[in-house]
Amino acid sequence: MKGKIGKSIKKIDVAEKTGGYARYIADMRFESMLHAKTLRSSKPRAKIKGIDIPEIPQGYYIVDRNDVPGKNRVKMIVNDQPFFAEDVVNYIGEPILLVVGPDKEKIIKILSEIKVYYEAVKPVFTIEEAEKLNTTPIYGEDNCFADYEIEKGDPDEAFGRAAKIVENEYRTGYQEHIYLEPQGMIGIYESNRVTVYGSMQCPYFVKNALIQGLGWGGDRIRVVQTTTGGAFGGKEEYPSLIAGHVAFAAVKAGKPVRLIFNRKEDIQATTKRHPSIIRLKTALDDHKKIIATDVDIKMDGGAYSGLSNVVLQRAMFAATGVYNIPNVRVRGRAFATNNVPSGALRGFGGPQAFFAIEMNMHALADHVSEDPLDFKIKHMLKKGDHTVTGGVLRQDVKLDEMTDMVLGMSDYRKKYDEFSKNDDQVLRGIGLSLFYHGCAFTGSGEKDIIKAEVKLKKREDGKVLILIANVDMGQGAQTTLRKIVARTLCIPVDDVIYENPDTDVVPDSGPTVASRTVMIVGFLLDKAAQELKAEWEKAPEVEVHKVYEQPGYIRWDQETFEGDAYPVYSWGTNVVEVEVDPVTCEIKVKGIWGVYDVGTAIDERIIQGQIEGGISQGLGYATIEVMNSKDGKILQDSITDYIIPCSMYFPGIESKLIDSYYEYGPYGAKCAGELPFIGAAPALASAVQNALNVQIKRIPVTPEYLMETAEGEN
Amino acid sequence: MKINFILNGKNVWVETDPLKRLLDVLREDFGLTGVKEGCGEGECGTCTVLIHGKIAYSCIIPVGAADHAEIMTIEGYRKTERYKALQDAFAEAGSVQCGFCTPGFVLAAESLLREDARPGETAIREAISGNLCRCTGYNMIVEGIKIASLKGKGLW
Ligand code: FES
Ligand code: FES
Repeated sequence: MKGKIGKSIKKIDVAEKTGGYARYIADMRFESMLHAKTLRSSKPRAKIKGIDIPEIPQGYYIVDRNDVPGKNRVKMIVNDQPFFAEDVVNYIGEPILLVVGPDKEKIIKILSEIKVYYEAVKPVFTIEEAEKLNTTPIYGEDNCFADYEIEKGDPDEAFGRAAKIVENEYRTGYQEHIYLEPQGMIGIYESNRVTVYGSMQCPYFVKNALIQGLGWGGDRIRVVQTTTGGAFGGKEEYPSLIAGHVAFAAVKAGKPVRLIFNRKEDIQATTKRHPSIIRLKTALDDHKKIIATDVDIKMDGGAYSGLSNVVLQRAMFAATGVYNIPNVRVRGRAFATNNVPSGALRGFGGPQAFFAIEMNMHALADHVSEDPLDFKIKHMLKKGDHTVTGGVLRQDVKLDEMTDMVLGMSDYRKKYDEFSKNDDQVLRGIGLSLFYHGCAFTGSGEKDIIKAEVKLKKREDGKVLILIANVDMGQGAQTTLRKIVARTLCIPVDDVIYENPDTDVVPDSGPTVASRTVMIVGFLLDKAAQELKAEWEKAPEVEVHKVYEQPGYIRWDQETFEGDAYPVYSWGTNVVEVEVDPVTCEIKVKGIWGVYDVGTAIDERIIQGQIEGGISQGLGYATIEVMNSKDGKILQDSITDYIIPCSMYFPGIESKLIDSYYEYGPYGAKCAGELPFIGAAPALASAVQNALNVQIKRIPVTPEYLMETAEGEN
Repeated sequence: MKINFILNGKNVWVETDPLKRLLDVLREDFGLTGVKEGCGEGECGTCTVLIHGKIAYSCIIPVGAADHAEIMTIEGYRKTERYKALQDAFAEAGSVQCGFCTPGFVLAAESLLREDARPGETAIREAISGNLCRCTGYNMIVEGIKIASLKGKGLW
């Protein structure tokens, strides 16, 4: 292989996927396989007083809490969520039991005959209700999954000498993943072992959940990822729950059991992006410079803790965006409510925070009558500056160069002036966002929690196996990781084999999350390949094993949240141009431009795919993806009601990458998967703000919201 | 009820409930798992098949309604030269990420290209507007179809 590594090659899995050969979980068949369906809570919060179960025909089974041989808790950061409800239910859709058997129709009939007796408990539905709390807490004493505070500099002193103090509040809504392949698992019990196949991001999360749920040794449990039809975080923690379900059912029935969600069930019962309320209080001096900010982040975590505390941390660490603010206080709380649990979704707390910060910067600029872009530029972070957590930005920060590029590409300045005059029939606007994504796990999480291990094995025939637990869920890991190994070994990409991970075969290289796969796992593979190259001739078969080592410069205290919150950052800037219909307030996106610093691109076309897909999801989040919960029930529970972008919504995207290199990433690569999502919503909202000359304080920006806002201002 | 149809060029029949979804008949009775279920309500296009050359969503068609129809799924289409052109173009344009939507887009593209061998951007966007893709943001699929129409000259 010659030339730049980034030069695109044919994605390894195109033929099998395009031709319909790829086998997703719903395509797998096993002999005498049974179906399963879940009986779910119809109440947001209640005690279960009793369950009437009809006569069950031969060959059918009820699987519930009593069939969990180990601990009835899904392994997560905090073990609060049961596999099957015990005496209480905490959200609509919470699993109570499974009906398992050979015929789907009969299963549905049995389900309809089961009667659950509930005794209602006063529920909590919103962040506001959770904060006031006039009922018993759902979680702990204060009903918070997490309540953190971080401080930088001396915010009290700075607020004391401020020339101006401005307060703004921003709100963001739910977002549903709508991976096109719904969740699904198959469990098999054979020779005293359980095997679970399924659509997932993290085979070892699932395995560890099964170890805890079954109470068995890891040697009796095997987890195999099947080709995964999109995930976006939705298959990070959730699969652990349903893997437990099929495992318990398979053990009870002694036959393979298949649990495949339909779309409605998938929307109603699985995790979503955390809704948030973010309040920013900002102190400015006489020179219209920000001297301090006080940020209060509140999130709706839903009924169980899940990943809420880590999502909250990511939002908090992003609380000053790409700006250098010397004095900062951030409080973050993730509240328990009787809504479906919130969870991981591309960006992981970042999108909420960046929306609020970028809009606040815009609002502050308006407040002091400065151009919003100039106002942002004068506060922009530079190499050597300190982050909110006191970490040092050691690598280059090329935001100024990137901003110049995107301004040129979009002709932003000229359009901004023109659109600001607002004298057209159609209302046009343009907006720009600046953002970053902290690559991989927070702080020293890679060292202390994940401890990734990879293996490379040269076979007798000269082919090389990549043995890792990371999955391709569409993002292209199958191709990028092969490219890295092939290049280091100087062998053709086709000589590198990388199968869907099977925990019987691969070591735990960590979950496929946090945009860590290329940067962390790819770097380990690169090192393993270097070693393998040196030992290539030693034996017909050679295996090398590498364990993650933290780069020496990282300093982090997980107790106080002080130091380098992330090993390194990827950066972006995004411009969106819109047209708003003056009568209907409908938003039409007219142009999209972006410039990104992701370190070295391992495959430029794959990165382009991440950029375009990320922007499209981000613009959906900002505009049409409306999801509300009323009394704990999701109102938009189908693709008809929860609308995601189709091919007609957005125009082409012009994006560029800038040259940059990270020493501890393979061939200089940093992170790229989540980054492009983050800038889309603030760029769009700023554009709408420019078009209508109103302050946008909420996403999704719906026509109804715009009409209300316009009325409010008149 | 016995239902006859032409499936991927072959005369076939199936003895089944006429209300059973065509999607389930194709997947379960014929093992054609290239036909996917993404929503089950006619909104996502992952279950796309061609009936008499036109896009149809097999999740909302009772198999009884397909009696005597000519049905093509990705398993039949992938044997054609046109498929090959689309697959190569999709590879070149980066149209495929998770792939769950891809067979549906390929069939939607076929149904467009047989009507209009050199479609413009808008025609392409319209032709695939019934197929959802959550991974790509569509531009790279539009590009793939454009490339196929140029490189597959003479095929349509
Ligand atoms: S499954 Fe048929 S349109 Fe979605
Ligand atoms: S490639 Fe994943 S949905 Fe289209």
